[in-house]
Amino acid sequence: MSDRQEWPLYEVFIRSKQGLDHKHVGSLHAPDAKLALQNARDVYTRRGEGVSIWVVPSSAITASDPEDKASNFDPADDKIYRHPTFYTLPKEVDHM
Amino acid sequence: MNCSSHHFDYLLRLGGSSLVLGQRMAEWIGHGPVLEEDIALANVGLDLMGQARMLLTHAGALEGRGRDEDALAMLRDVPGFRNYTLCELPNGEPVSQVGATRDYAFTLTRNFLFAAFQCELWKALGASRDAELAAIAAKSAKESRYHYGHAADWMLRLGDGTDDSHRRMQAALDLLWPYTHELFAADAGEAELEAAGIAPRSETLRAGWLQAVEPVLAEATLARPADTGFLSTGRFGRHSEHLGHLLSELQYLQRAYPGAQW
Repeated sequence: MSDRQEWPLYEVFIRSKQGLDHKHVGSLHAPDAKLALQNARDVYTRRGEGVSIWVVPSSAITASDPEDKASNFDPADDKIYRHPTFYTLPKEVDHM
Repeated sequence: MNCSSHHFDYLLRLGGSSLVLGQRMAEWIGHGPVLEEDIALANVGLDLMGQARMLLTHAGALEGRGRDEDALAMLRDVPGFRNYTLCELPNGEPVSQVGATRDYAFTLTRNFLFAAFQCELWKALGASRDAELAAIAAKSAKESRYHYGHAADWMLRLGDGTDDSHRRMQAALDLLWPYTHELFAADAGEAELEAAGIAPRSETLRAGWLQAVEPVLAEATLARPADTGFLSTGRFGRHSEHLGHLLSELQYLQRAYPGAQW
């Protein structure tokens, strides 16, 4: 149907039973936010994946430019001292 | 628990209605207006099929003649089915242009009217003295609430949408409304079932159903059709011409290859 206006795109985030944070799982088209939630429930939680859903209009996301990947992220590569692996943890802390 | 024929018929009615409407949902698979709705209808259909399996299994066990869910679903012909006529109507032909076999307005409006009914039904059956039926009702209530929400969202958007969508929703509603009378009509067995604490009289569900239906219709700018004397008779095994066609597809495999297993 070429004469039909495309529904806007939404990004879907699901919090799984185990996880504390919502994770991006994919995207879908929907006429509005409420139906996007409804659709996300049907498309992305059919196998008991989630306990909570967020949907965000894709147009609301500002993304970094892939062209800037080198300048954005490479400078961190040689700064291993920023990782907390150089500290000796007290035994009581166990897993961190 | 002793099983009266009314009790058995009642379970066949509920199980058959879920089964037949589930099959109507299955007919949409691969044909939904958008991928997301295609999956949504498949989910609704699977929920209904699950209800049918539990209800028919329970009916067969109560009957005590060794018939399981498959025997009741696949090996009976039209007069043996007790489903509401509403559930067997095709997915759209009556209101669509000639040749169209699927109409989303019709499908959604039926889902809306029937899910609202099932919500009331499961609420009441949660207190049934038939413990198995009460457990089935508790599980199914969550599913039907979702079906109701899904359909109601679309009632609002399409009823209060474009001129064309409004016209089609109103046409579907006008056509379907008379078939809802059967959901609340009295029958010979219900006094016995009520006295035994197994099921409520059908009429008692109507007030709650109207409370769930009328505000959504009003917000969707759809006119609630007037009630007439029309009363369909699927629950007595007297069906529309459509059920036979549906069963010929649903039951094809067991008819062609008796006893075939997955």
